[in-house]
Amino acid sequence: MPKVLLDVNELSTKYVTRFHEDVYAVDRVSLKVEEGKSLGIAGESGCGKSTLALSMMGYYFPPLHYVSGDICLDGKNITKMDPDVIRRKILGTEISYIPQSAMNALNPTQKILNFIQDVIWAHNPKATKEEILNLAKERFKLLGLPESVLYKYPVELSGGMKQRTVIAVSVILGPKVLIADEPSSALDVTSQKMVIKMLVDLMQSGFIKAMVFITHELPLLYNVVDDIMVMYAGQIVEKGTADEVVLDPLHPYSRGLMGSLIVPEEGMREQKLIAIPGAPPNLKDPPSGCRFAARCKYVIPQCTKIHTIDMQELGNGRAYRCIFY
Amino acid sequence: MDNGSGSCLKCVELTKVYGMGRTKTLAVDHVSLEIHNKEIVSIVGESGSGKTTLAKLLLGLTEPTEGEIYFLGKKRDISTHKKRLEYWKNIQAIFQDPYSSFNIFRKIDDVLLDCINMRDGKNTPREEKIRMMSEACSFVNMKFEELTNKYPFELSGGQMQRLMIARVFLLKPKILIADEPTSMIDACSRATILDMLLKLNAEEGTTLIFITHDIGLAYYLSQTVYIMKKGRIVESGTAEEVILHPKEAYTKRLISDVPKIREEWDLSTVVYSTE
Repeated sequence: MPKVLLDVNELSTKYVTRFHEDVYAVDRVSLKVEEGKSLGIAGESGCGKSTLALSMMGYYFPPLHYVSGDICLDGKNITKMDPDVIRRKILGTEISYIPQSAMNALNPTQKILNFIQDVIWAHNPKATKEEILNLAKERFKLLGLPESVLYKYPVELSGGMKQRTVIAVSVILGPKVLIADEPSSALDVTSQKMVIKMLVDLMQSGFIKAMVFITHELPLLYNVVDDIMVMYAGQIVEKGTADEVVLDPLHPYSRGLMGSLIVPEEGMREQKLIAIPGAPPNLKDPPSGCRFAARCKYVIPQCTKIHTIDMQELGNGRAYRCIFY
Repeated sequence: MDNGSGSCLKCVELTKVYGMGRTKTLAVDHVSLEIHNKEIVSIVGESGSGKTTLAKLLLGLTEPTEGEIYFLGKKRDISTHKKRLEYWKNIQAIFQDPYSSFNIFRKIDDVLLDCINMRDGKNTPREEKIRMMSEACSFVNMKFEELTNKYPFELSGGQMQRLMIARVFLLKPKILIADEPTSMIDACSRATILDMLLKLNAEEGTTLIFITHDIGLAYYLSQTVYIMKKGRIVESGTAEEVILHPKEAYTKRLISDVPKIREEWDLSTVVYSTE
């Protein structure tokens, strides 16, 4: 039985707006990431992917608030921990997070080495400059980054290089779990492939034990992760292995996502793209029943009559949230 | 001129050099291409290959260092502000970042109203203007009633990009340059936007120049594909020729870098760049 590194159980979180309207961005999400496995989260913009990432680190800074559920990180329950403590004790050393525009977070007035020193001193003030330099050199070499990057300013680096540097720095303290939130969305296809290769290398060489990969690009997820969860309007609508979800999607929304894929393969031009019509529901007042009902082409009256639709388990971790099938 | 085959935009030996002396960068290096009426052309290349500079040159936003641009068979003249405005009635662009494409202080109706006024519609009665605006909004599957009195930042990225297309629909330019219009948009809205660009080409006869780094999108949209590398055009031809039977190693790499589903995506061949 492999060890479960990240175990999120029925987690709900909300955003509290200025006018005290609660937006339930993550609604009863359960997920498990085992040691040596990677999990992908797919979904369109605004479906709560990034909020889920913040929530499962226990990073509750206003306007994000915790509602219910449990998060276990490597057997330790971090649900009730103070976010400030989490930031100092857990982030970086136990779990690491690469936000969407991570490469813009590099300080333009500091060299990369100073940035690495700051990161390490924040967690271990006793580290000497020499130790840090040796560690940085060793890591950069292993991850295929030239040593000269350490002495450069961020403006001297290309986008792909900046992103790879940020990833290398984010795992320098040896976190067990890495959450990568759209690490390649601002890059061109060539740099994207390098970033992905780096993440896969990190997993294979054991620097990180498990990875959560968030993106809207299904072909990318399919090639990188072991399991995929599809998210819609704050809920998980389908989960399974990468092959199952991409090649044989069950939920109408996952099917819709598959219909809008563009890959340079023969015969794709003749194929008509099927975009999902409409827009996702407003989470201030989510519709009862199936949240996808308004955009679904297989909709029947029952879809909206039932108050909540539960995940239907098919065994082996495969599940979907639909009453139709 | 609208016979469907005439030359719409042509550039000969176009060159743009940024900087001078030791920091001189050849962004666009003697590029010659001819774009026909109602054609869909894609320009594909990695970041830093000069795609956007080429678009800026074609749009007249920067002056070329060398070379000529011919528009509708005549040499392009944008020496005065008036001539430049006249040129921009014929050529319009959609840029990468929808969030910074709009004036944040102006409401959406004003943005669309400006387009009508720019197309000599100043004296059109108000009802007619509203009809035109709602027609443009329905072209991009949006409701004009829901957009009135809203500011651009109240919309999502995909909606903003569709609003850009609605602007183009009202302006009815001959040429539309779309510079990575979908790179900041999620995969779901991307299909919608690409289909709208195709519809614009089919219904309005707009010549489309599509700039992207994702060769899959180029294959889906375009008839002709130009591959750019370090400011030069290294390969060109019809989409089938270039993408299904590439000749250059660079083109092959661009194709292999796109993640695929039915074919294997090989990560072991990746060489880390040192730049």
